[in-house]
Amino acid sequence: MTTTTDLVSYEDALASYDPVMGLEVHVELGTKTKMFCGCSTALGADPNTQTCPVCLGMPGALPVVNATGVESAIRIGLALNCEIAEWCRFARKNYFYPDMPKNFQTSQYDEPIAFDGYLDVQLEDGETFRVQIERAHMEEDTGKSLHVGGATGRIHGASHSLLDYNRAGIPLIEIVTKPIEGAGERAPEVARAYVRELRELIRALGVSEARMEMGQMRCDVNLSLRPHGTEKFGTRSETKNVNSLRSVERAARFEIQRHAAVLSSGGTIVQETRHFHEDTGSTTSGRVKEEAEDYRYFPEPDLVPVAPSREWVEEIRSALPELPLVRRNRLREEWGISGNDMQSILNAGALDPIVATIDAGADAASARKWWMGELARSANESGKALDELAITPVQVARVAELVTKGELNDKLARQVILGVLAGEGTPDEVVDKRGLKVVSDEGALTAAVDEAIAGNPGVADKIRGGKVAAAGALVGAVMKATRGQADAARVKELILEKLGVTEG
Amino acid sequence: MPGITREEVAHLARLARLELKPEELEHFAGQLDDIIGAVARVSEVADQDVPPTSHPLPLTNVMRPDEVRPSLTPEQALSGAPAQEQQRFKVPQILGEE
Repeated sequence: MTTTTDLVSYEDALASYDPVMGLEVHVELGTKTKMFCGCSTALGADPNTQTCPVCLGMPGALPVVNATGVESAIRIGLALNCEIAEWCRFARKNYFYPDMPKNFQTSQYDEPIAFDGYLDVQLEDGETFRVQIERAHMEEDTGKSLHVGGATGRIHGASHSLLDYNRAGIPLIEIVTKPIEGAGERAPEVARAYVRELRELIRALGVSEARMEMGQMRCDVNLSLRPHGTEKFGTRSETKNVNSLRSVERAARFEIQRHAAVLSSGGTIVQETRHFHEDTGSTTSGRVKEEAEDYRYFPEPDLVPVAPSREWVEEIRSALPELPLVRRNRLREEWGISGNDMQSILNAGALDPIVATIDAGADAASARKWWMGELARSANESGKALDELAITPVQVARVAELVTKGELNDKLARQVILGVLAGEGTPDEVVDKRGLKVVSDEGALTAAVDEAIAGNPGVADKIRGGKVAAAGALVGAVMKATRGQADAARVKELILEKLGVTEG
Repeated sequence: MPGITREEVAHLARLARLELKPEELEHFAGQLDDIIGAVARVSEVADQDVPPTSHPLPLTNVMRPDEVRPSLTPEQALSGAPAQEQQRFKVPQILGEE
């Protein structure tokens, strides 16, 4: 589609209008089976090999709730500081679309399992913003459509569609915020920070891997503008399936600029769904949103109510792990680093590898140095995530240990790491195979130092004359002679000793 | 309580993908009106202190453990499909159907 959309500059939009956002995030739970039947949820299976009469919506088939799905929903609710319903039901959300063979989605309507919570999120500059949570409810995912006959699998122009129902019925938790007000120009940043914090939280709870690129976590961005000084919300648009952190921020920003252009030229915003396009960062019109009552929600007659006992809820609460924001703040203090440093670590996905490396015996500074230095560089070059590199935290800890013991210097350690990444074996094996040991044999070092002094009489004289800085050239000569395997600090000591100068 | 209008029945029919003739709209509007009237009388009796019934059995928390059960084979799953292709259910074009 080549339709262009009028935009005003972001600054101009914010000068006239105040954005209000609502974020809906769907999280696919990592349960072994679907929400209402025992079909596997394993990824990558052949089409329609993980279906049964229940998830295909066959007449007479009866759903039964997955206990782990309910427990995960309660865990998420508690971690979001929500109240947990004492009694709640599922509801049928009726609609005709081939992605749901039942012609309804089993969801929750007016009785969500969790409600009235909040999540504190940290912005890049360390400021904390509290996002209020309206509800978290249980529902199920839809099947996957493959559109045939149009350009590159797009729905437009397709002659027909092919449905795989392996995904239909996989448990989803939908987490809905209350309207996010007061973020002003930082609204897109708040949206991104919220989704990131939520992702960290979901992972820490162990209920899902929440990999956005695999559709395990998907975000809808609702956005409206109101003129400054007014209370009443404007008409909102709902941008569906925004599937990366960067896209969440871009989608919010684009919609602010688009709405402002429409409103300031005297137009009105249509309440509709919009599609986000990764390539251009823009949104285009989808279908006009059906009113909620058009879904004709009613209580699901085939499922009995879920009434989590208070004992169960408290048991789940007491087993919650340390939550990500609390953990990050604790580690930041323990490591004595700034908020910016911590943010870089998070952005690089290095937090867990660093913690694992420290757990394996490394000191915090070395663990950070290797993961944020050599390894981050290597990951960048190969386009991989840090945890996908062919080196384990235990191996990084071993490299750090060899450096601490003086058996490797940083330069050699870097080579060891490259060797491990290249599949040459464990750090110790790489040290052996590549012959990477610091020359600590004083005899050999002394000989190399003598040779360097003899070969550079001019430099030696300068040093004798008090120009200690000139020693660098001799250190370099020794390092070259030992193929980088000497301890540079020790070499410098020896040179100064030989030439009868002290550092100062 | 005002009853259900003909327009509302037409709207519901559209949502349910039912094609109704004008005389059928009339007919169902009358019938649905009677049903809604009957339910409304129940609501008059049931006050806030009466919990809503969603199931005839007084059960809660019927759950199953998260254990994989055998699925249908794709052949079985697709056996009732009017059309199939690439081991998938084949359906007509989705957009532009209205």
